[in-house]
Amino acid sequence: MSVIVQAKKNAGVSRWKTLTRRLEHGDTIFRALTILAALIVVVTVGAIGLQLWNTSALSRDKFGWGFLIGQDWNPVAQNFGALPFIYGTLQSALLALVLAVPVGLGIAIFLSELAPDWLRQPLGFLVELLAAVPSVVYGLWGLFVFVPIFVKPIADALNQGLGFIPLFQGPVFGPSRFAASLVLAIMVLPTISAVSRDVFLAIPRAQREAALALGATRWEMISQVLVPYGLSGILGAVILGLGRALGETIAVTMLIGNNLDLTASILHPGYTMASLIVNEFTEATYPLYLQALIEIALVLFAITLLLNLIARLLIWRVARRTTTEARV
Amino acid sequence: MSTNQSLRIFTRALASNETADAPTTTVKMRVTNLNFYYGAFRAVADVSLDVPDRRITAIIGSSGCGKSTLLRTLNRMGDLVPNARVEGDVLLDDESIYAPNVDVVDVRRRVGMVFQRPNPFPKSIYDNVTFGPRLLGVNHRADLDAIVEKSLRAAALWDEVKEKLHESGFALSGGQQQRLCIARALAVEPEVVLMDEPASALDPIATYKIEELMHQLRDEYTIVIVTHNMQQAARASDFTAFMNMNAQRAGTLVEFGPTKEIFTNPHQKETEDYITGRFG
Ligand SMILES: Nc1ncnc2c1ncn2[C@@H]1O[C@H](COP(=O)(O)OP(=O)(O)OP(=O)(O)O)[C@@H](O)[C@H]1O
Ligand SMILES: [Mg+2]
Repeated sequence: MSVIVQAKKNAGVSRWKTLTRRLEHGDTIFRALTILAALIVVVTVGAIGLQLWNTSALSRDKFGWGFLIGQDWNPVAQNFGALPFIYGTLQSALLALVLAVPVGLGIAIFLSELAPDWLRQPLGFLVELLAAVPSVVYGLWGLFVFVPIFVKPIADALNQGLGFIPLFQGPVFGPSRFAASLVLAIMVLPTISAVSRDVFLAIPRAQREAALALGATRWEMISQVLVPYGLSGILGAVILGLGRALGETIAVTMLIGNNLDLTASILHPGYTMASLIVNEFTEATYPLYLQALIEIALVLFAITLLLNLIARLLIWRVARRTTTEARV
Repeated sequence: MSTNQSLRIFTRALASNETADAPTTTVKMRVTNLNFYYGAFRAVADVSLDVPDRRITAIIGSSGCGKSTLLRTLNRMGDLVPNARVEGDVLLDDESIYAPNVDVVDVRRRVGMVFQRPNPFPKSIYDNVTFGPRLLGVNHRADLDAIVEKSLRAAALWDEVKEKLHESGFALSGGQQQRLCIARALAVEPEVVLMDEPASALDPIATYKIEELMHQLRDEYTIVIVTHNMQQAARASDFTAFMNMNAQRAGTLVEFGPTKEIFTNPHQKETEDYITGRFG
């Protein structure tokens, strides 16, 4: 009798034995563990939200919804409003994405489709290395190297050429929304390019061959087959980048200029929620002040959740359209 | 099963295959002294072969003997493999497809391909079929509609999908997906259609449909098909090329001729052994 036949025979001895075997090695325990892991995530997120909500009661009671549109942040007058920070956060994160997504996609496509074999690994490694640089180093480098040498001249040129558009109105500052967004863009670049490169690499070869065999050029294959095929994954990469851009604190604080004025120009200094919290947390000398800061954190938390939710919906719609479209 | 018996079976299969008129056909593609290397490994050795115009040519042979590799040299899909190299030449209508001034994209538009596993795009049936024509700049709705109907009819799929052209190609059965891929290939009106075991993932009925389809296409297209199914080669093809591995495991062409001859009266002992199942 072969070993296998013998083993099967033993395994089939009793119902009880198969049941314990399942319990021992597999399904049940594994299931319980995964459910537990998922629960931990949900509970943690819920607990953070609840905590922020409870500890900002003073501020919420005093300002109500008006907190969201209040333009003043004045600890002396005990008057707090979140609008400049909400605006600054969204503005810098979105501008960073606008700059980083095309470049990141370009890098991903180059790494997965165009680069010669010997270049892929080292280049991919370099890009991922960008993610390993600490935030504060980006801030310092931005402040002393990147802004004076690179950002300021571009900002001047933008202002001179397009100054009539409110977005590029002067006067031009070194530390500004533009400077912060540019450095943010560099910081989210590795996330976007590494994740979307993996998305491209995961697309079956059969899809590429199908396109090429129909007489598509390489570019047509990329733009009309690979990008649509990977769209939901690419969106996922962008969302990861967005998450990082929204919450990034130190580098932005060092570069955005920390100014409350609600101007349209990206060449002016601005302020973000994360910067505000890190700047004033140690100075919050009375309860309302501290709780207003916590409410800022609550707003940041809510905005991040909301944007993620919207993005998930988007991904879900795209995925449904491309892969299972009307599989009804 | 004795040799005689199996030969008789093939002869019967061939009886329905009336028009295998070898001498009168012209050459559509000519393969001369072709060698194909994956790195240092020679997968195809010294193959010369004339593919007749508007006929079905089958390539048979044991697994790994280089059939797919040879097929892929006919539309330069082999170029895509890193470190691969081609020696020798392939002519399409007397012009080399490997000449330096030749545009691969153009070659692939004239020599279409259907793969072993159905590979529709995750797009609608309509968009799958119009993918190639759109690349060629056909944009008018009416033109595209006409192409879709014509191609799907040619691929014997129209009646099954005409109500749901805008549903995903992924939602079709495997056999339907394969016919969709055939329709997609036909939509750019290639002169030659290469098929790499197009029916290997399909059940006998879907296989039969594809064979029937090939027979209809044969009036307009030159077809080269790789198959593992001897009956299929005997039933559906006009010419048969038998490949085998030599001592260095490189694929060589053992025998090429009208299918009837290869299956009833092979000149080589190797061929006879293979088709009677004593080998491979
Ligand atoms: N991309 C590749 N890189 C390296 N070697 C390859 C590659 N593709 C195929 N080969 C080798 O070339 C030889 C011929 O392969 P090919 O796919 O042409 O065989 P085949 O006759 O189509 O086999 P099958 O009937 O199993 O499909 C095999 O030895 C295979 O291992
Ligand atoms: Mg093969």
